[in-house]
Amino acid sequence: MAMVMASFRIVLHTNTYNRFFHPPTLSTWRRCLLFSRAFSTNYNYSVVVKKDERLGKRTENENSNVVNSTTIAAIVTSLGGPPAAVGIVRLSGPHAVSIAGRVFRPAVRNTWQPTSHVVEYGVVLDSDGNVIDEVLAVPMLAPRSYTREDVVELQCHGNEVCLRRVLRTCLEAGATLAQPGEFTLRAFLNGRLDLSQAENVARLISAKSMAAADAALEGIQGGFSSLVRSLRNQCIDMLTEIEARLDFEDEMPPLDLNGIMDKIQHMSQDVENALETANYDKLLQSGLQLAIVGRPNVGKSSLLNAWSKSERAIVTEIAGTTRDVIEASISINGIPITLLDTAGIRDTDDIVEKIGVERSEAVARGADLIIMTVSAVEGWTSEDTKLLERIQSAKESTGSSTPVILVVNKIDCKPSAETEWDKGCHSHKIFSKQVFTCAVTSQGIQDLERAVLEIVGMDGIAAGGRRWTVNQRQCEQLVRTKEALVRLQSSIKEELPMDFWTIDLRDAALSLGQINGEDISEEVLSNIFSKFCIGK
Amino acid sequence: MATVSFTLHLCRFGRNLCKTLFPTTSSITLLNPRRRRIRRSISFSSSTFSRRFSTVETSSSSRDLGYEFGIVDEKYDVIVVGGGHAGCEAALASARLGAKTLLLTLNIDRIAWQPCNPAVGAPAKSQLVHEVDALGGEIGKIADRCYLQKRVLNASKGPAVRALRAQTDKREYAMLMRNVVESTPNLSIREAMVTDIILGKNDNVEGVSTFFGMKFYAPSVILTTGTFMSGKIWVGRTSMPAGRAGESASHGLTENLQQLGFETDRLKTGTPARVDIRTVDFSGLEPQHGDEEVSWFSFDPDVHIEREQMCCYLTRTTSTTHQIIRDNLHETPTYGGWVEAKGPRYCPSIEDKIVRFQDKESHQVFLEPEGRDVPELYVQGFSTGLPERLQLPLLRTLPGLENCSMLRPAYAVEYDYLPAHQCSRSLMTKKIQGLFFSGQINGTTGYEEAAAQGIVSGVNAARHADGKSLIVLERESSYIGTLIDDLVTKDLREPYRMLTSRSEHRLLLRSDNADSRLTPLGREIGLIDDRRWKLYLEKQARISEEKKRLKSVKIAGGDLAADVTRMSGQPVKNSSTLESLLKKPHIQYGLLDKHGFGDKNLSRMERECVEIDIKYEGFIVRQQSQLQQMVTQQHKPLPEDLDYYAMINLSLEAREKLSKVRPQTIGQASRVGGVSPADITALLIELEAKRRKAQGQRMYKMMNAIQANTQDEEPKVSLTETTRPG
Repeated sequence: MAMVMASFRIVLHTNTYNRFFHPPTLSTWRRCLLFSRAFSTNYNYSVVVKKDERLGKRTENENSNVVNSTTIAAIVTSLGGPPAAVGIVRLSGPHAVSIAGRVFRPAVRNTWQPTSHVVEYGVVLDSDGNVIDEVLAVPMLAPRSYTREDVVELQCHGNEVCLRRVLRTCLEAGATLAQPGEFTLRAFLNGRLDLSQAENVARLISAKSMAAADAALEGIQGGFSSLVRSLRNQCIDMLTEIEARLDFEDEMPPLDLNGIMDKIQHMSQDVENALETANYDKLLQSGLQLAIVGRPNVGKSSLLNAWSKSERAIVTEIAGTTRDVIEASISINGIPITLLDTAGIRDTDDIVEKIGVERSEAVARGADLIIMTVSAVEGWTSEDTKLLERIQSAKESTGSSTPVILVVNKIDCKPSAETEWDKGCHSHKIFSKQVFTCAVTSQGIQDLERAVLEIVGMDGIAAGGRRWTVNQRQCEQLVRTKEALVRLQSSIKEELPMDFWTIDLRDAALSLGQINGEDISEEVLSNIFSKFCIGK
Repeated sequence: MATVSFTLHLCRFGRNLCKTLFPTTSSITLLNPRRRRIRRSISFSSSTFSRRFSTVETSSSSRDLGYEFGIVDEKYDVIVVGGGHAGCEAALASARLGAKTLLLTLNIDRIAWQPCNPAVGAPAKSQLVHEVDALGGEIGKIADRCYLQKRVLNASKGPAVRALRAQTDKREYAMLMRNVVESTPNLSIREAMVTDIILGKNDNVEGVSTFFGMKFYAPSVILTTGTFMSGKIWVGRTSMPAGRAGESASHGLTENLQQLGFETDRLKTGTPARVDIRTVDFSGLEPQHGDEEVSWFSFDPDVHIEREQMCCYLTRTTSTTHQIIRDNLHETPTYGGWVEAKGPRYCPSIEDKIVRFQDKESHQVFLEPEGRDVPELYVQGFSTGLPERLQLPLLRTLPGLENCSMLRPAYAVEYDYLPAHQCSRSLMTKKIQGLFFSGQINGTTGYEEAAAQGIVSGVNAARHADGKSLIVLERESSYIGTLIDDLVTKDLREPYRMLTSRSEHRLLLRSDNADSRLTPLGREIGLIDDRRWKLYLEKQARISEEKKRLKSVKIAGGDLAADVTRMSGQPVKNSSTLESLLKKPHIQYGLLDKHGFGDKNLSRMERECVEIDIKYEGFIVRQQSQLQQMVTQQHKPLPEDLDYYAMINLSLEAREKLSKVRPQTIGQASRVGGVSPADITALLIELEAKRRKAQGQRMYKMMNAIQANTQDEEPKVSLTETTRPG
């Protein structure tokens, strides 16, 4: 009986609550604070066109299906395998349409007017208006979707880089990165899946969260989480300074405004730096392809063998030994790198060799980085110039700008080349770097690695030092933090009252804290009490 | 006796049944305006099963006391134990709602006494006062009527943290409040020491019994025991049982509550010495004047009567002060090691400050008058656990106090409290129906915190006695809601003081909009009378009119534009609206006034509201949308009978903590320490699975019933989970 009574009381609470705060009594409310806005406003962004299908439905769906009011996004096709033709970024939640509307431009019109279950072709633009990818947008409006929420799927090219950029753009436009299993979770909570699937979902979630916890635990030792932690601590410290002055006004010395501004500047820089390594993260996952090209018999295969510390390629004195493309995997500071040894490029009548040469050129076109090898003994030859022109013309035709490193090999045979080289052919500005090596003794391989790192912009990473990476989730947090800090800076510049600063600082701290989700209020308070002499 | 509770039981069962069968009926009944005012209704209503207030029930109970003596008066609807700031607010709210209320206090002369600093307000606390006033409470009005000095704090730091603080006349305050309490209909006062809670058969409260053997009956009892439950005061090493200096403690109640299964614990707080104002030389001290333009706690203009203000003074500790303390640390309870209970962090003793902040050469000390015709001066920031013989020499080290005489020594007080996770957010205890806790018994400190809980428990006690639903203020709705949510959810082990940093969305919980947040609720409850309601509606209408006007009136150039450009450093476009001007940095409504573009009919408060709404619209909208993002999920209710231990997908810690706290909503669950986001997800899944199972079972039963009725027809509906939620 007591049990029944108890649960009954809950029902009443809810009723009472609704009764007081639901619209009928609200018409007279002046500011319609949380409740009126909370229950009656449509959170549509100006981008959304008025004829949005859901405007009419919204009221009836509001209470039944919307469990979550955040809109989540994730790449839902598998990553990591060989590139597929198509990959999908899925958005789900009440703002799915408006967020998709921000990033998607249909080909025929300027604005997107989604019709449920009708595919439309167009492009995804980033916040600067650059085209990222051409996509098909598939809106599936509530409740006719997997999650019973508004769902928009953007079908992109299967390339991982494309997918990640599209996802990141969606996150920047206001979506939240989906937790593992969250689409399914929502589908279940919204009544889409049946009961037998519930336990599986639960198991999945707890397993994934455990895995995530393990990963987080791993992260604790790593450099990234210590950076996040230090950023967060700085936010908390700053909040402490400000909040102490709000709660204990007449007991505190005035705030050091310049110090605060400097700190914020510093933090923005840190966040910026960390975001840059998002790049590194991408590299870590997709790696780089390096094509070693050059005339026959300049030591390309030896270079590959020396670099990969293997006997992967057959090395002989005979020019044209390598006929096909040979691969070897190495890693530089954790970045997986595929070395592609190619047939020496020359005009030849040998059919097999001819095919090899064609392949070499194709490989050179597709590589992220080209290593052009020449022989120190022979110096720069006219064939080298010809070869360079071939590479260049290939580059022009594809419009890409693959960086080229000039490797002067066999330096042991002619040590003087190192000093004399520049006099000869420094006119070739096409080379991003120039390295002298001796493949036989592995001399200069380290220089070569450094050159590669410098070119891909990872030279700041001390070998084995910055072992951390910014994955997509962390990237999302950092983007939010960055935005909050930008707003904070403008609040301070506009001389808004101090309390408004705390709003964005809290935001920043919250975004940074999502890794461990601590309670900010308590932390700020205990900080205040330990740091300042408070209390009259 | 047995019959009574049986009928009662039956009534409730019937009502419950009614709700279960016709869930929609309940909300319709609730919306019926005739049920709103309970003052008049004495008879049973035929449309509902609810029991009405007990004015006519004298014949049905209390037989064992022998009613031949005419002990008719011992039955009430609500009994409030304690006459402090929680007790007064609770008793007034309950009586004003028409419940027959009894206020039991140890000493009628000490009703609404301010035993520590006679001051009301300060950041976050003033928001509480405004909110209590917006709901129809008393604390704001009394503070407005007997202030000695008023100051707005944080004036330039943003509308959400702007706070009013009043120094009050402690005798006048107590007298005014006592007058209000004494003159309120339905409210009786009685001196008594409550020692036991009388229980009914269903874990419900039936009344209280006192030290001298009296029994008072009521279906709702509110305990507001303050520092009195097993209170013990300390000066130096010497202690005596007392609730406050000179007032005896209450004994027996703690043991009784423990027997009932409640967890109790002990807290400590203290108050500094008082010195004779006539022996202080203020000539060399920095004065702290009140504001020239006085602000008000109450939204009721009737109490806005300006009075002459008194001055406070600022002095500082000297090296001698620090020396005396350092030499005698072993004489203090904390450092001498004979009292373990830690005092609140925001109210450290002077020895704490000196030990912990050694590099600080001097600490501020505020001298604040306690009344217009009392000679006592409150020495703020100077509480100490040193023995009395050292206290005067210590005071005399302060500039201006070289020749002072001390009227009362500083002392510390230790008392019992009940960790508030034992209450639900209505402030009713989870264990015993009809028993409510408010104020320091819940581990808070401060008159404002007490008053805030008082009004909530008073309202709910009356509603409980009337068989109505209890009211819960959501965390996001108010500081009151935040306060109570923190109390019942978090494991607090030091006296809880309200601070602005405790509220996640404080920009939405400002003092200027406390009325538009809560007065409609106060009206619904029945604490806002017609006069106040009319005033409120008119004010809101004026504000919205003015906002409309500012949006539509455009100016083209002129002095105003020039002034705006100069002050904001931003250009003014031709034909800008007044609204857009007001949005620019450093531009205030006053500037519009100056150029004749303001509305002279608006009060200062109303202008402020208009200005805040317009000026900070962007931030406010953003906070609202953030709030909205979490609210849908956070307010999802949790059944009270959930077996958390059986949920294997929850972490062990979460299972333990949730079983202990038994949160009412998902949001509350997520704020319980040790509960991770993954736990919340798991909980959501369990809930949904449970709901579907229940639905499946209902379907199954229905099918069985149909099958039984129509044996010849085969039901073709699958019994597995194929239904959609309604």
